[in-house]
Amino acid sequence: MTVPAADFAIVTEGLTKRFGQQTAVNSIDLAVPSGSVFGFLGPNGSGKTTSIRMFLGLVQPTSGTVRVLGERMPDRLHTVLPRVGALVEGPAFYPYLSGIDNLRRYDSADRYASSRSRSARIDSALERVGLGNAAQKKVHAYSLGMKQRLGIANALLRPRELLVLDEPTNGLDPQGTREVRSLVGALAAEGTTVFVSSHLLSEVAQMCTHAAVMSAGNIVAQGTLAELRGVDTARVRVLTPDADLAVETLRHLGLAAERSHMDGTATWVLAPVRDEVAEPETIASALQSAGVRIRAFSVEEPSLEERFVALTGEGFDVVQ
Amino acid sequence: MSSSESARIEVIPDRRTAGWDLLWSELSVLFRRRRTWAMLAAVALIPILLAIAVRLSTSTLAAGEGPPFLSRVTQNGLFVGFTSMVVAIPLFLPLTIGVVAGDTIAGEAGQGTLRYLLVAPAGRVRLLLVKYAGAAAFCLAAALILTVAGLLIGAALFPVGPVTLLSGDVISVPEALLRSLLVAAYVSLSLLGLSAIGLFISTLTDVPVGAMAATVVVSVVAQILDILPQLAWLHPWLFSHYWLGFADLLRQPLDWASFGTNAVVQLCYIVIFGALAYSRFATKNIQS
Ligand SMILES: Nc1ncnc2c1ncn2[C@@H]1O[C@H](COP(=O)(O)OP(=O)(O)OP(=O)(O)O)[C@@H](O)[C@H]1O
Ligand SMILES: [Mg+2]
Repeated sequence: MTVPAADFAIVTEGLTKRFGQQTAVNSIDLAVPSGSVFGFLGPNGSGKTTSIRMFLGLVQPTSGTVRVLGERMPDRLHTVLPRVGALVEGPAFYPYLSGIDNLRRYDSADRYASSRSRSARIDSALERVGLGNAAQKKVHAYSLGMKQRLGIANALLRPRELLVLDEPTNGLDPQGTREVRSLVGALAAEGTTVFVSSHLLSEVAQMCTHAAVMSAGNIVAQGTLAELRGVDTARVRVLTPDADLAVETLRHLGLAAERSHMDGTATWVLAPVRDEVAEPETIASALQSAGVRIRAFSVEEPSLEERFVALTGEGFDVVQ
Repeated sequence: MSSSESARIEVIPDRRTAGWDLLWSELSVLFRRRRTWAMLAAVALIPILLAIAVRLSTSTLAAGEGPPFLSRVTQNGLFVGFTSMVVAIPLFLPLTIGVVAGDTIAGEAGQGTLRYLLVAPAGRVRLLLVKYAGAAAFCLAAALILTVAGLLIGAALFPVGPVTLLSGDVISVPEALLRSLLVAAYVSLSLLGLSAIGLFISTLTDVPVGAMAATVVVSVVAQILDILPQLAWLHPWLFSHYWLGFADLLRQPLDWASFGTNAVVQLCYIVIFGALAYSRFATKNIQS
């Protein structure tokens, strides 16, 4: 990466957290560029929330350091956190208070938040997450998604340099999910760095510029989204009853074609694309002129999901 | 990325405020809770039930029978408050303090709001101070409500007139009202040590009921120790030892000695358990 060190919103060095025998976060070196929308991916129990708690000074690292907005945490927490909005492991509220009173409560805890502008700021945060009409309702009467929205509103009470959102779309309906995505986009356009943890790949793929992948406490990959996908490994996929002929033809073009699985009476033939022969129409016409019957043909960017599974393993069981 | 970098915002924070807002917020959350009002209503019920029971009973009590002052209630309604204070202070008031003080940190932790207060950032020390102030305000509110309810029901059901003190002197009604307020102040002061213990216990757990129960148990244990003659050396250092000492405020001339000793003992508990709460909470991992 070419950006100088000061231009990182979050930097960790050898950040580690152990719970007894178990290492929940294992010496991670994370660098979140300022201005990025940074996806923090990882299966359940991989250490995302534990890392976020350490960024925010809620949990003391066993070893290693964290810098947030250029300052050491948790030492400089009082000057850093007013510039950071956060949603950690789901929203939490006083069930017997209304939505608006809950935000009032949290805002009054921040010594840098002026009480004169409080009502106006709370109203605009509630509008921003679409809760204007439910503001007076007691939170115990909120649905899961409404609480999630209120949690996001809490993170937006003041303009922030950094937003840390742990699974922000958890429990949201499709409209809500889309709104969060466009909200993140709008905030990023305003210049806020957004750090989003998620185990939903499609979500990260749609809204992030950068990402890191965690697995069992380790960061197994990080970089821009393009870097993570691996740009030069787009694939040709051909569904054909003439699999052997297709493989031969593609190999003539210089592609390392291989038979994959059967699909009915036809077979999928796959080949990684090389830049010099990447034109889909060239490949398609070569196949046709060789007499290969084509039922389906596509050139695909590798999906982030495949990378994710490749990086974190196929197993469904929680690793630790 | 250059476009977003040129657009990057520098959040200029509003001016740093003195931070009283959190205290007001704490008090308003505490005193708007239905649970708080239920407990205060129960506190007010003590003098009311006591006065009604005395009014309805036909047999007159011999002096010294029943709790202190009870025999005087029928002659002077102003004694209802004092008698109910004696009845409430060993168990009922500690019970309500246990609920409020035990809930301070553990309640926030249990419902997850602690992490958002700390991320706001409330500051751990400031949050402890504000929480303690809330518990202290509850002690004062409970003692005042008991006193006021006692005065009102006493005036409604019994004659009210100049009060004959324990020392035999007689004081006027306004003077007696003043003494009632002094007793309320004495009782709220008496509960501050237990509140500090509750605050400390509350930093140890994320389960509020556990902290509440433990605080109440501590207050019961202290009172049991206080009646064991073998532990006489310990008695002056028990936070509950001076709980009934407010009788000294009903002598003429006013005897401030037990007020002062009580204040010193309570202060010791506040300092010790405040320090323990701080050392526990300042570096605690917030996992809830
Ligand atoms: N207080 C704790 N004591 C012991 N182990 C813990 C504690 N908190 C977390 N862990 C362990 O640390 C690991 C990481 O947990 P963490 O909550 O960070 O996962 P996550 O990536 O946020 O998962 P999810 O996607 O389910 O939210 C898990 O294996 C968990 O069991
Ligand atoms: Mg998590």
